[in-house]
Amino acid sequence: MSNAELLTTAQMAHFAARGFLKLDSCVPDALNRQFLDDIGHVADDEIGSALEHYGRIMSRSAIPVVGAGTPLAEAYPHDSALAKILALPAVAGAIESLVGADCVLDHHFLHVTFPPRLLEKPAPAQHTHQDSTIDPRRSFDIQIMYFPQAVTADMGGTRFIPGTHHRIVSEAAVARYQNIKGQQHVVCPPGSLLIMHHGIWHGGGANRSDNLRYMFKIRLAPTRPQVRLWNVSDLDTRTPQRPIFWVGQRPAEDDLHSILTFREDWHEADTGRLEHLNTARLWRYLTGDDKTDVDYWLTRVENEQAGA
Amino acid sequence: MSQRQQVLILYLESSALDSRVIAWASYDGSGRQEHMAGDESEAPYRTGLNALRDGWRLFQASQLLPHAGGDEFRTDYLKYEFFFEKLVNIDE
Repeated sequence: MSNAELLTTAQMAHFAARGFLKLDSCVPDALNRQFLDDIGHVADDEIGSALEHYGRIMSRSAIPVVGAGTPLAEAYPHDSALAKILALPAVAGAIESLVGADCVLDHHFLHVTFPPRLLEKPAPAQHTHQDSTIDPRRSFDIQIMYFPQAVTADMGGTRFIPGTHHRIVSEAAVARYQNIKGQQHVVCPPGSLLIMHHGIWHGGGANRSDNLRYMFKIRLAPTRPQVRLWNVSDLDTRTPQRPIFWVGQRPAEDDLHSILTFREDWHEADTGRLEHLNTARLWRYLTGDDKTDVDYWLTRVENEQAGA
Repeated sequence: MSQRQQVLILYLESSALDSRVIAWASYDGSGRQEHMAGDESEAPYRTGLNALRDGWRLFQASQLLPHAGGDEFRTDYLKYEFFFEKLVNIDE
């Protein structure tokens, strides 16, 4: 029997609206150390240059080369740090809730961001982008970003913009946007995970510290509809509609509609409303209920009485 | 003495130039400042109008385009993009 700790309805709603989940310090120190050993990490003062260190990692790393589309359950040796991390109850539960326990590996990659002392010229931050290519699907992949070491603000942890996952754009076409209100930079203790919808805009930060920064990314794809895969015991099957606009008192932040209509600081006045519609459509897919709605956004525009 | 262009791109909350800045980018042809992704948490101006009042010259604004039938609810790129410039003198 699986020991996976499935996500709650509130966590799933947060993911549907904002496109990410953070699991700080969910990987124990011993596993972080095993992962660093597995990739061939050496003490920072033993690293002479970025090129030399990448060469060492590529030649010695125990990270397997895995074919795209391989079932996740077959991707990593059972005694590897990665297999153990993915089997942690909180991690396995998030994966099962979002893409199903029978998901497949799209790809993985070890990102190493070197400090200026190991580079001829300090590297700038990576442009903001959406991974892969134009992807208009309703179903979604997830990207797990694993930080085995502490990430401090000057280490340039991954920058991401919550709520951008509904936007259908073409990879680096959004590179022009240097700063967006509400952008977040990963700063975290060792053993933290950031799990993102594949559509979230993001980019690596500039490392201004003296230390290397590692981030291991795993992209996972579902093989079944992502319908009610989380712990749905607290899901009200047809989320009752609540009063809107004239509400009497400030709505509770933990109300499901409040979570699903979270307003990002970068939302435009008009398209911010479209983001709510798109969240509601994603929620319909996740709940398997094509009549459920979020604050009446879909019901209003679907009320077609002309028979057209 | 010659001139170089500094470019400021502001993304606003609506098509009104006096609406709130939600995203921004700066490119400095004089080489005096280096900007990159994620380097600022606060916008240089609260609105586009505030940039005008500080001497930035608007030279391009995004158009308002009709929404394609069947695609009305799709979101993609930031919609209200305004390009500003300043010309600055440099010593050569």
